[in-house]
Amino acid sequence: MAAVTSPARRVTNRIAIVAVLIITLIFLAPIYWIASTAFKPRALATSVPPTVLFQPEVTPFVKLFTKRVQLRKPVEPEVYDAAPWWEKAIYDGGERVLRVGDSVQLSPYPDRFLNSLIVAVTSTFLAVAMGTLTAYGFSRFRIAGENDLLFFILSTRMLPPVVVAIPMFLMYRVVGMTDTHLGLIILYTAFNLSFSVWLMKGFMDEIPKEYEEAALVDGYTRMQAFFKIVLPEATTGIAATAVFSFIIAWNEYAFALIMTNRRAQTAPPFIPAQVGSGLTDWTVIAAGTFLFLLPVAIFTFALRGHLLRGVTFGAIRK
Amino acid sequence: MAVIARLESDTRAAARGWSDLTIRNIFILPTLAFLIVFNIFPLIYSLGYSFTDFRASVNDPVNFVGLQNYRELLNDPNIWRNFTVTAQYVIVSVGGQVIVGFGLALLLNRKIPFKGLITTLLLLPMMMSMAVVGLFWKLLYDPSWGIINYALGLGSFDWLSDPDVALYAVAITDIWMWAPFVMLLSLAGLSAVPQHLYEAAAIDRAGTWYTFTRITLPLVAPILIIAIIFRTMEAFKSFDLPFIMSGQPTTEMISIRLYKMAFQEWQTGRSSALAYIVLIVVLAITNIYVKYLNKVKER
Repeated sequence: MAAVTSPARRVTNRIAIVAVLIITLIFLAPIYWIASTAFKPRALATSVPPTVLFQPEVTPFVKLFTKRVQLRKPVEPEVYDAAPWWEKAIYDGGERVLRVGDSVQLSPYPDRFLNSLIVAVTSTFLAVAMGTLTAYGFSRFRIAGENDLLFFILSTRMLPPVVVAIPMFLMYRVVGMTDTHLGLIILYTAFNLSFSVWLMKGFMDEIPKEYEEAALVDGYTRMQAFFKIVLPEATTGIAATAVFSFIIAWNEYAFALIMTNRRAQTAPPFIPAQVGSGLTDWTVIAAGTFLFLLPVAIFTFALRGHLLRGVTFGAIRK
Repeated sequence: MAVIARLESDTRAAARGWSDLTIRNIFILPTLAFLIVFNIFPLIYSLGYSFTDFRASVNDPVNFVGLQNYRELLNDPNIWRNFTVTAQYVIVSVGGQVIVGFGLALLLNRKIPFKGLITTLLLLPMMMSMAVVGLFWKLLYDPSWGIINYALGLGSFDWLSDPDVALYAVAITDIWMWAPFVMLLSLAGLSAVPQHLYEAAAIDRAGTWYTFTRITLPLVAPILIIAIIFRTMEAFKSFDLPFIMSGQPTTEMISIRLYKMAFQEWQTGRSSALAYIVLIVVLAITNIYVKYLNKVKER
C-alpha cells in the first residue's frame, strides 16, 4: 500500500492487523486441537466441556505402535513393577501389551507408515528424474506441436482419480499387481510426472541458454553440459519439485483406497479405517494423524519460497 | 562471429557425443510413452468396457450392450441428483474460498509484523492429506463433545448427519483447506498492481470503493480466475473429504457415486460409461474457463 499518512489509514491498518491475527488463530485452531489431542489422557479427549489445559503424556503414541488387549483381572504388583514406564502407562489404562515371547507385538501403523514412505519416495524419484529430463527437452529444443504436447501432459493430471482407477484396477488384477508397492508407485509416478514436467519447465526456462552454449564452445558435449552446467543450476528447482511431488504422493487417498488393502496399504486409507463404533480411542487416532502430518508441516516451511509456483504447476512465478 | 562459433561447436559436439535430436528424443519420449501407457491406454481399455454389461466380481460372459449404459445413466434421476449435489458443493465451496481467501489477501496486503510466518502458517492446511483432514474435522464436528459445537454454543447439533447441513459442513472444511490457496494467488496479484496507480487515484481523491473496483479488482481478476479454475476442477472431482466425513445421500457427489458403482456394486461396464460422462464434463468446464481466461487476458 502507499505510504500510510492519514490517521484514518493508520486506524484501518491497525484493524486489519488485528483481524489477520484473529483469523490466523481460527485457522490454526483445528491443527492445534488435533496435535493436543495426541498428547491427552484418553478420558480428556472427549470430555465436555473440552479440556484445554492438561498434563501432556505420550501414552497415545505407545498405544499407536502396539497391539493391546483389555486386562481381565488387575495386573500383579511384581509384574507391574518390573514393567518399563511405557508398559506401566498401558497397564494404568486397564490394558496390557501383547507379546510373542519377549518381543512386543507391533500394530499395523508402523508398517503403513513405511509403505507410505516407500511409495512416496520411489514415485517422487522417478517422476522428478523423468520430469527434469523432459522439461529440459521442452525448454531447449524445437519440438513440433510443443504446446499441444505440454497440454496433453497436463491434461492427464486433470482426470479424476476414480476415472483412471477403474481400468487400472482391472489391468492390475490381470497381472497380479493389486495391493503391491509397484502398482501404487506406477500410479503416483504417472500422477506426479505431469506436475514435475510443468514445474521443472519453468525452472529450466530461467537458466540462461548462454551457460550451456559457452560450455559447448569449450568442447563439452551436450550431455556433459546438461549434467555439469544445467543440473547444478537447477538444484533448487529440482528440490522444490521433489518435495511437492513427495507431499502429493504422501497425501494421496483415492488410488490407495482402491488399489491396496493390506500389504501395500499406505497411511491415508489406514488411519480413517481405525475409526470404529463408539469405542474409538481418539487419542490414538490423533497420535497417528499427528505423526503423519508432521513431515508435511516441516516441508511446508522448507518450501515457503516456492509455494506459489508449486500450487499453480509453475504457471505463476515469483 | 557468434554464428560461426556456434555452428562449429554444434558440429564438434555432434562428432563426439549424441546429436541434439537423439538427446531430445531420449529426454522426452520415455515421459510421453509412460503417460500414454498408464493414462491414455487405460481410458481406451475402459471405453470398450463402457459398451458392455461386464461385472468384475463375477465370471459371467460379457455382453455387448451398445449405448444402453449411457442411455440408462443419462435417464437416471439419481445420477442427475449426484451432479446437482456436486454443483452445489462446487458453488458453496469455491465461492467460500474466494470470499475468505481474497478477503484475507486484502487484509494481508500491507506492512504486517511477521507477515512471512503468518502466510506460511495459513498455508499449512492445504498441504495436508484431505483424507486425514476429513477425519479430524469429524472429531471437531462431533455432536456430543466436538469443539465446534462447544465454541458456537450449539449444544448437540449433528453437522454431518443432518442431511440439509452435511454438504455445507464438508464445504466449510474444504474452505478451511483451500481459502489459503486463493489467498496466496490473490496476494501475488495484489503485489503486482503498480503503486503509481494508487498514488494517482489518491491525488484525484478517488474513494476507497472506486479505487477497489476500478484499479484493484480488474488488475487482480486474471490471477483470481486462474485460482477459481484450479479450485473448480478440484472441487468437481472431490472424493476424499465427503467420502470420509459423511455418508449422507445429500453429500454423495459424482466421484463417490462412481466409486460405489465400480468398487462396491461392481457394475464395471456401467461405471466405465459414467467415468466417460464425468470425463466429458471435466473437459467442458476446463474449456469454458480457458476461453473466459483468454478473454480477460485480452482486455
